[in-house]
Amino acid sequence: MTKKHFKRLMGQVGLYFLVVVIIVYSVFPFYYAILSSLKTGAELFRVDYFPFSWNFGNYVSVFREQPFARNLGNSILVSFAVVVLSLFFGVTAAFALGRVQFRGRGVLLLTILGVSMFPQVAVLSGMFELIRAMNLYNNLLGLIFAYMIFTLPFTVWVLTTFMRDLPKELEEAAVMDGASPWVIITQVFMPLMWPALVTTGLLAFIAAWNEFLFALTFTLTNEMRTVPVAIALISGASQFELPWGNIMAASVIVTVPLVILVLIFQRRIVSGLTAGAVKG
Amino acid sequence: MATTDTTTAPVEATAMGAATTKPQRSHLTRTRVRAAWMFLIPMLIVLAMVAGWPLLRTIWFSFTDANLSDLGSAQFIGFANYLEYYEGEWYGVLADGDWWNAVYNTLYFSVISVSLEVIFGLVVALVLNASFKGRSLVRAAVLIPWAIPTIVSARMWGWMMNDQYGILNDMLMRIGLISEPLAWTANPDLVMISVVMVDVWKTTPFMALLVLAALQMLPGDCYEASRVDGIHPVKVFFKVTLPLIRPALMVAVIFRLLDALRIFDLIYVLTSNSKDTITMSIYARQQLVDFQNVGYGSAASTLLFFMVALCTVLYITFGKVRFE
Repeated sequence: MTKKHFKRLMGQVGLYFLVVVIIVYSVFPFYYAILSSLKTGAELFRVDYFPFSWNFGNYVSVFREQPFARNLGNSILVSFAVVVLSLFFGVTAAFALGRVQFRGRGVLLLTILGVSMFPQVAVLSGMFELIRAMNLYNNLLGLIFAYMIFTLPFTVWVLTTFMRDLPKELEEAAVMDGASPWVIITQVFMPLMWPALVTTGLLAFIAAWNEFLFALTFTLTNEMRTVPVAIALISGASQFELPWGNIMAASVIVTVPLVILVLIFQRRIVSGLTAGAVKG
Repeated sequence: MATTDTTTAPVEATAMGAATTKPQRSHLTRTRVRAAWMFLIPMLIVLAMVAGWPLLRTIWFSFTDANLSDLGSAQFIGFANYLEYYEGEWYGVLADGDWWNAVYNTLYFSVISVSLEVIFGLVVALVLNASFKGRSLVRAAVLIPWAIPTIVSARMWGWMMNDQYGILNDMLMRIGLISEPLAWTANPDLVMISVVMVDVWKTTPFMALLVLAALQMLPGDCYEASRVDGIHPVKVFFKVTLPLIRPALMVAVIFRLLDALRIFDLIYVLTSNSKDTITMSIYARQQLVDFQNVGYGSAASTLLFFMVALCTVLYITFGKVRFE
């Protein structure tokens, strides 16, 4: 074996070592949560690195001890509504911003980008007043409304970058045939926009699913909470007796759908993230 | 809207082709621009309702003595929530030691965690950019921390960092790095480290993916040249790769920095009310909701807003540099 070969071999070994470290580091906390969620009673307080028991008791008790099914339903409802609404407003706005030249377009785009940087707490008191005035406090509609502040600018921004890159010829042909802008959006662009819609819809869904500050502040009763708030507020008899088994089971339940989505759509998610940040 | 015809005419001229005559073209342009505004207005109304109006109200509240239980009876009190001299003492957010502690914590957290994310993000991106078997598997694994809700990751790590039963203490004791269990989320010297650890774990994937996107757009020929010249890979990285991806890296850093400055959920759940990790967002919400002092809390929110706005201006400036 020559020196050069040896060096290349060492390079390969180093690379695979790093790969293993990265995978273990990324996945281990989730793996450990699953492992802990399958242990009950005293087993929970013994450190194990590999699963040895398959006890689903925590999964049952998390649904029995609090309205967790209701919380899941709330999260699903809110997230879907937010995705549908932001995609509807996003696509129409993206057509205007991406395909039509008009005065004030640049300023609008910058404003939208600026709104996506808003710290949520900066609108908290104003939003609280507005939600109470509309009688939507402790109501899922209030959350759907409030969530538009972070999903809408992002959706508009990413869809605009996608829309801008579509070929011009398609639209020209439609305009020649006398198609109205609404027909152009629904008949010409929508079929081409599906990948972009899936990407932005997914990212908006994940953002709404994970949101905490608004959900914590604008809901009051257990029945109206979304899952992140429900998980954050699970408590035991005292501060030192947190029911870790239940918490881990609940965590796994809300994370599994997301992990599956990520594994299926990883390419789309990556392209959406980079379109939202790097291109912008 | 009709006045915009002249500016859009050249673009439309190419779009319509030579066949169309002039009056028709301007008519088409006009209907197009009008349609564009029709499509924009619903989105703009929603945005004004969820962002513009609440922001203005928050700024207004910061000049009043508003109370959460009765927002309607708020009275204008000028800058008293920010700073006021009253009978030999300074009052207001700007005179509050707790506020400055929160500012310090936020800045400290942001700088440390974003720096670490840059370093780890670069390493992960370089690994993902190399060609090896199972690359897409690694990319999927890396995305998992990003997809896990922040609250869930705070809980997962909170359990792993448990002082008595946590696996982190167990691991470190097995390796021999520590001799007795540490109270990661309770010990004042360790809480900030714990928070940074979880945040780095959660957000490095985002950084890595942005850097990876930049790496994949690099031209291959300068690497050919340096390989032919026999230059050491480490030198190539610092002299060629890093300068080329710097604009993208800057954008990613500012993006992350803006996110870190407004951090709320991770710290709220992981270390609850610890004085050593309270951030500006947590301080503002505490005043607003827990102490019901909307005026004072709004003043803190407004200050945070202007800090983030300043960073946003920086971001847009850097973003533009990249764009043109």
